[in-house]
Amino acid sequence: MAITVVEVTKRFGAFVALQDVSVSIAEGSLTALLGPSGSGKSTLLRVISGLEEPDEGQVLIEGRDVTHKPSRSRGVGFVFQHYAAFKHMTVWENVAFGLKVRKRPRAEINERVHDLLSLVQLEGLAKRYPSQLSGGQRQRMALARALAVEPSVLLLDEPFGALDARVRQELRVWLRRLHEETKVTTIIVTHDQEEAMEVADQIVVMNEGRVEQIGEPRELYEHPANEFVMSFVGPVNRIGDAFVRPRDIVVSLEPEGSEQEAMVQRVVHLGFEVRVELVRDDSQHMWAQLTSEEAEALELQRGLIVYVQPRHQRVFSNK
Amino acid sequence: MTARYLLRFGTIGYLLMVLLIPVGLVFYRAFQHGLGPAWDAVTTPGAVHAFWLTILIAAIAVPANALFGVALAIALVRHRFPGHGLVNALVDLPLALSPVVVGLALALLYGTGGWLGGLATHGVKILFAVPGMVLATIFVSLPFVVREVVPVLREIGTEQEQAASVLGGSPFYVFRRVTLPAIRWGVAYGIVLTMARAIGEFGAVSIVSGRIEGQTQTLTLYVKDQFDNFDFTGAYAASVLLAAIALITVLAMSLLKPKDGA
Repeated sequence: MAITVVEVTKRFGAFVALQDVSVSIAEGSLTALLGPSGSGKSTLLRVISGLEEPDEGQVLIEGRDVTHKPSRSRGVGFVFQHYAAFKHMTVWENVAFGLKVRKRPRAEINERVHDLLSLVQLEGLAKRYPSQLSGGQRQRMALARALAVEPSVLLLDEPFGALDARVRQELRVWLRRLHEETKVTTIIVTHDQEEAMEVADQIVVMNEGRVEQIGEPRELYEHPANEFVMSFVGPVNRIGDAFVRPRDIVVSLEPEGSEQEAMVQRVVHLGFEVRVELVRDDSQHMWAQLTSEEAEALELQRGLIVYVQPRHQRVFSNK
Repeated sequence: MTARYLLRFGTIGYLLMVLLIPVGLVFYRAFQHGLGPAWDAVTTPGAVHAFWLTILIAAIAVPANALFGVALAIALVRHRFPGHGLVNALVDLPLALSPVVVGLALALLYGTGGWLGGLATHGVKILFAVPGMVLATIFVSLPFVVREVVPVLREIGTEQEQAASVLGGSPFYVFRRVTLPAIRWGVAYGIVLTMARAIGEFGAVSIVSGRIEGQTQTLTLYVKDQFDNFDFTGAYAASVLLAAIALITVLAMSLLKPKDGA
């Protein structure tokens, strides 16, 4: 295992940020720490990086116990949400920083920085200052800076959180490609389940300082361990005690058996996907996710009476 | 329209009345009889000694407050410690306290019968000597570097420092390569203000110096003594010298201000 976190607890005053958290990260994998704000995901990342020291538990990087080692001797790369660019240094100097700390020969630094800038597609901007770059460019520079020292682990704290939707989408695809090229064990913190599912091999779902479930994206979506994971990973309808994915609500125009009557309240077209907001005759609200073709075949419109039935539903015992 | 002109002429008129005319008059009176007498007045042994003493005191007080100011600013912004609020408030004390009180306090402490008055009998002369004047100057010019650096440190935040330390920088390396360059304008501005305050100090130094001509007389004390002794040309000429130092300081300050707002 590249990283092993063993029963880590971290408190800030009376607030428990992490409670008995254990996670294993495989060599060369890309893992997402997913959870709402305050779930402890960033704190866990900072504990792994050494920017925070845990109150209890252990952190091992490549089998070495680094729990009480300062971050500078852990051999990790860290990328911050707000870039943390060195504002008084050029792009070149930013990327070279870690190599200069290590007193590498100048020729080696030149070559390495040059290679990294081409890897992150910033070759022409080496002499610029961070203030002259766009948000996406700054974050790519921060990634190059983190990769310069050949870290055994790359840690990304909501790296695309401050960027607009289109750039964020581009950078996700780009990060995935970068990971396939470099094969550096990577952990990315995000509150966006779509982002986590798109980039990660493994997702650690966190809530209130605890790990709720660890698994591959598809496994979490199809076999959520509990109510929290079900409602955080993918959309969900709550019908009484049961949880139903909007995709699993079957809408038909004629009753065939156990369906219940419902009225269409709103039809939202999102291109390929169509969201149908419904209210059942027992005033239960829900929404169904259809393809545009399915919605067209049913000629759905506001006020139409339809029949609904869940294809699958889940009931979680306690909690 | 009228309101704008009123505001413009109002503020210019105010500056003219309170600042420019009085200072201009000093210049006028100093050079009233030509450059020669003014030059002679500031090259008397007393004036030359006062000038160099002023520079000497500033040369000790300014670096001391610069080093201490940066250290204290970092402690106040980056660390929580018992008495944090008290220290933060105490830093401003020299701004609120009249310099005369500072002088008196030092005189009480180091004077005959004071807690540290015994030092004089062991040959360590503080009161009525340069060490006392340096102490008084350090006291009154203490807040400026701290107060200039604290907001800058807050604004830059800790992420750049954290990034640098994850990249392998030792605490000192991070301070030298990341923190210091980021706060350099704040430090420079603070130093300029400290310098201006140190050179212009009168009240506290006046008490602790004993005002011994040719020994513990700074430029400001020299001006006052010449004025009291009806040597107006001497007083005005030395004032012009002080004003010139102040002007150079203010000029340095506006030159130091970064143009790109970085």
